[in-house]
Amino acid sequence: MSPALVTLDQVYLLMGVLLLGVAWGHARTPGRWRAALFWGGYGVLFVAGPQLGDLGAGCLVLAMVGLATWGLEGRSAAASPAPPAPEPEGDRGIGNRLFLPVLVVPVVTYLGALWLPGVTLGGVPLVLPKQGTQVALGAATVAGLLTALLLLRPPARAPLDESRRLLDAVGWAAVLPQALAALGALFAAAGVGTVIAEVARDYLPVGTPLAAVTTYAVGMALFTIIMGNAFAAFPVMTAGIGLPLVVQQHGGDVVVVSALGMLSGYCGTLCTPMAANYNLVPAALLELPGRHSVIREQLPTAACLLAANIALMWWGAFPR
Amino acid sequence: MLPLIGILIVVAGFALRLNALLVVTVAGMATGVASGQSLPQVVAAFGRAFVENRYVALVWLVVPVIGLVERGGLRARARALIRQVPAATPGRVLLAYLALRQVTSALGLVSLGGHAQMVRPVVAPMAEGAAERMAERAGGTVTTGLRHRLRALAASADNVGFFFGEDVFVAIGAILLIRGFLEQNGILVEPLQLARWAIPTALVALAVHGTRLLWLDRAVARAVAVAPAATDASAAGEAP
Repeated sequence: MSPALVTLDQVYLLMGVLLLGVAWGHARTPGRWRAALFWGGYGVLFVAGPQLGDLGAGCLVLAMVGLATWGLEGRSAAASPAPPAPEPEGDRGIGNRLFLPVLVVPVVTYLGALWLPGVTLGGVPLVLPKQGTQVALGAATVAGLLTALLLLRPPARAPLDESRRLLDAVGWAAVLPQALAALGALFAAAGVGTVIAEVARDYLPVGTPLAAVTTYAVGMALFTIIMGNAFAAFPVMTAGIGLPLVVQQHGGDVVVVSALGMLSGYCGTLCTPMAANYNLVPAALLELPGRHSVIREQLPTAACLLAANIALMWWGAFPR
Repeated sequence: MLPLIGILIVVAGFALRLNALLVVTVAGMATGVASGQSLPQVVAAFGRAFVENRYVALVWLVVPVIGLVERGGLRARARALIRQVPAATPGRVLLAYLALRQVTSALGLVSLGGHAQMVRPVVAPMAEGAAERMAERAGGTVTTGLRHRLRALAASADNVGFFFGEDVFVAIGAILLIRGFLEQNGILVEPLQLARWAIPTALVALAVHGTRLLWLDRAVARAVAVAPAATDASAAGEAP
């Protein structure tokens, strides 16, 4: 019946089991019931998200947001349940092989994404081509985990304990990228992008090729800052400004305009807390005191690259 | 203009440093209600979109692996390893990672990197280890503030390298999205043409961010030389 032997659902199941295990660890720690409910709810969304129904899933997400706002103890360092195990300075004969599990994950992901979609067993594809990367990532993390277990031979509860320690350091920020993706879908459904493109077209200068190029590139960056994602900004800004004004009205080269338009959007990604997985999650993961520390370091580079993109687009799309 | 209320809420919420998860949720609800839906409809739409986007969170699958190797002392190992390299400085370590991340992304190896997988357990400790070595030579210490700055820059090197490397690869999502969008508008372009126009920006990104990372070494040298003088009067007079 299934269109493929291994689907994304199995990978989600794996993720759900991990989260439920983390929640179980919290549930057995006194005073951590809110964290147990938060991670447990998240696990349920992975294991049985579609079965909950849209409204049920929405209510569960709202409950998680409530827990995150009032009483998850956020990302404060004091929230760590068990003090992180002291990192042994002496090596236990493992030496640089300790890097092995970290390398197994990307290599297996890459090879898996390359080969898995081509495999069929008894006429049924092993994975769907569209899901190749995610299934490969799931397989790679299992391979990485097995490598780490064989190498280190930790006590049985260590994988879940360590997962809990890391996820606690990140806190609710772990859920933020997914919530922002959902917000992007709601924005798109409400036609936010169309309004923005109209405003940009009507009120910003587009009279000369350079002005049009600048408006398009800056518009891509700004709309990406709002949406947190250049992929969401690209169709809107290119349909609103890039194609009608830069390409059709001024005769710019469509390949140059669209390629550099996307890269201008990436300059916005470097500047925005809405791109949580790139900017806020690392600040939490690296235990930085300022939520926007990573963005601050990226601003000068982003400004230079946006200027470079505008110059390249102007020079490349309008050959003299 | 009413749909824009969500954007206003997001901007205000981030400016006021409210809980970002709460801000995003309220913005989503307000946008839906402003566009004429009932509250249960909006909650359902948010729930559906949240479940549909579960793949975004799959990066966290790697957490047990990273947790275990950290428990085994990986971060200390990364620090120790870099201290054996005489030429290593924080700026050079991060520049090398930036270049590696860009080149591998340009070859389609986008999974070789990332904040949970690579920056936290390996790259940031290496940058800190290199700074510790510089500090020992100068007789100073690495302050907490400097450590935080090094970590933030390690994360920035991953982002810049990834963003401005991946588009050089023809089969990456961004290139396929551009191609698909243009095709919908009746314009046919080859992925290779698009990818070629990502190369100049990739080089500028390496030059700009790489230069900034190398400048970092001067700031580190200043910081580790000044740090003891600020706390210990006897060390005064050792200006760089």
